[in-house]
Amino acid sequence: MSAREAILNKVRSSLGTAPGDAARAEVVAKRLADAPAGVVPARGQLADKERVALFCEMAEKVSATIDRVKKRADVPKAVSAYLRSKNLPASVRMGADERLREMPWSGVKSLEVKSGPAGPEDEVGVSHALAGVAESGTIALHSGVDNPTTVNFLPEHHIVVVEAKDIAGDLETVFSSLRQKFGKGKMPRTLNLITGPSRSADIQQTLLLGAHGPRALHLVIVDGG
Amino acid sequence: MQITSPAFKANARGALADPHLQEALGHVRSGFIDKRQKAVDALPEFDALRDSARAIKDHTLAHLDLYLEAYEEKVKAAGGRVHWAETAADARSLILDICRAAGARTVTKGKSMITEEIGLNEFLEKEGIRPVETDLGEYIIQLRGEHPSHIIAPAVHLTKNQVEADFRRAHHHLPPTRDLSEPASLLSEAREVLRAEYFAADVGITGANFLVAETGSSVIVTNEGNGDLTQILPRVHIVVASIEKIVPTLADTSQILRVLARSATGQDMSVYTTVSTGPRRAEDPDGPEEYHVVLLDNGRSSMLGTEFQDMLRCIRCGACMNHCPVYHAVGGHAYGWVYPGPMGAVLTPSLIGVDKSGHLPNASTFCGRCEAVCPMHIPLPKMMRHWREREFARGLNPAAQRYGLKAWAFFARRPRLYHLAASFAIPALSAFGGAQRRFRYLPFAGGWTKHRDLPAPESRTFLQQWRDREAGKQEART
Repeated sequence: MSAREAILNKVRSSLGTAPGDAARAEVVAKRLADAPAGVVPARGQLADKERVALFCEMAEKVSATIDRVKKRADVPKAVSAYLRSKNLPASVRMGADERLREMPWSGVKSLEVKSGPAGPEDEVGVSHALAGVAESGTIALHSGVDNPTTVNFLPEHHIVVVEAKDIAGDLETVFSSLRQKFGKGKMPRTLNLITGPSRSADIQQTLLLGAHGPRALHLVIVDGG
Repeated sequence: MQITSPAFKANARGALADPHLQEALGHVRSGFIDKRQKAVDALPEFDALRDSARAIKDHTLAHLDLYLEAYEEKVKAAGGRVHWAETAADARSLILDICRAAGARTVTKGKSMITEEIGLNEFLEKEGIRPVETDLGEYIIQLRGEHPSHIIAPAVHLTKNQVEADFRRAHHHLPPTRDLSEPASLLSEAREVLRAEYFAADVGITGANFLVAETGSSVIVTNEGNGDLTQILPRVHIVVASIEKIVPTLADTSQILRVLARSATGQDMSVYTTVSTGPRRAEDPDGPEEYHVVLLDNGRSSMLGTEFQDMLRCIRCGACMNHCPVYHAVGGHAYGWVYPGPMGAVLTPSLIGVDKSGHLPNASTFCGRCEAVCPMHIPLPKMMRHWREREFARGLNPAAQRYGLKAWAFFARRPRLYHLAASFAIPALSAFGGAQRRFRYLPFAGGWTKHRDLPAPESRTFLQQWRDREAGKQEART
């Protein structure tokens, strides 16, 4: 008997059930198919403007910094201003996301834009979020050529573009938009839900930012198209 | 790891006399409790979410065989592999096989209690593979050759001065004059040292907070980002998880996530919640090329259907130990194995046997705070009582305690005799109590009077006094 069979048999005998119980199988199949929502906090259930405001408030509470711009074309200037304010070199790493690529990066003088996954030498990464979650100030990003996962973790500074229209009230909404994008029961290799910059309190309960991931998380929110 | 649970009493005495430990434990008492309370108070739905989370786990455990099968199918569909392990030894050898096939010499590790449970680090070292812990706390205790003393804050028993000494000893390639007086400089140094390790590793091993049957995903929740670098940079990602980590859907995961971080650290969400499904896709520019899940039973299937099934709802948030007066006093190492605090007092006897760990369910004041704060409503004190009963039934307690309990039970079952005996004993004790009204020493109660005085009773029993009081009231009314 394989270990698989042995474990499943032990589970069944402890539960007092036998394989092939159609009623139990149906309960499980239905739950997996329906994926019922449970308790969704009222906190995020707001009108558009208030929802974006809550997102900003929650993200700032966890030490993310926020810049709001009117349109996509304003993003490169906002990125450049951030780099200058932090005395960072004029060089960013980003993936192939079209929404990022279409922005007028060449309009910002002497800014180097490197494409592809991040490496140890990259100090600043730029990503485009799939969504934001207002209830906790979280952003959602997924793996792929558009926004490689290494860009989220290796650079010391992570700049993430979030469109106001993509900011949801709750986590459940983000999971359903993923379901629409990838199909029911299918997922990208990695989904990152990120809430503030990296931190640790492992030494004497002293909270410090910048453990292994980015020391700073800067969100650029695009309010219009 | 070596089990020292049978020596709990000696461990606890040592812990109470250790000034570094007592200083460090002060941070537990002040840190976790207020943060949790603030986060809980800020979410009106917190209690409803606890009920929802409990219902999800109860439902999953009742259908665990079916959810495991559904989960495995989805992992395979996404290009991953599931390896089933009945015991810790099985899991170790499965992991070794995967590492050998990958030609691994260095393995980075995200924080994982399950790999502590199976003693993975010692095993890999013996087999010539170098495991590198990447969580800051885990890294520190690995340098010290220790084990975690807390399930979410593994180095909570240490002070920064101790960490500084460890870093100076281990990182001897760095200038000895460097300033390491503050936690921030210690963190920066660990970050730098470990960066190189992530890139050098051939295999990355993480645990899982959840396994999602709907999608075949594993979920890890961290604050540092080390678990992510561990799983995206090496060529092979191995997830080690026990069978009760299964949840049906992503919607169910959201429910439990909302109580997990709040209960653990008082955060609304941990910084990184990462959902991983299979290896990198053909078009992906990064991520692991292989994705393996080692699914471990190690005694859990035998807990199903018993009075200990509820323990399998545990999501390892650590709230029970953060609120436990016994844990506050002695720290985690005194418990003598992987899982400390109230959850350990219940889980350890299930996993290594009550004969070796009978002291743990006895090391409780039954104050009930652990159950009150448990996000999964696990009745921890009740289950500790079950272990005490089993220990008694199997004759594992010391003889004096057993005879004492039997003598007490003889009287307790005969109320008239009990009251008669008490009506003689209480005035006698009262008379011998002396002017101080307390005993420095009392025969047969040395275990108590060795450490503190026993107050002498009033001259009459409680029931006698109660009767007089009620009679007095009656008189006053008439």
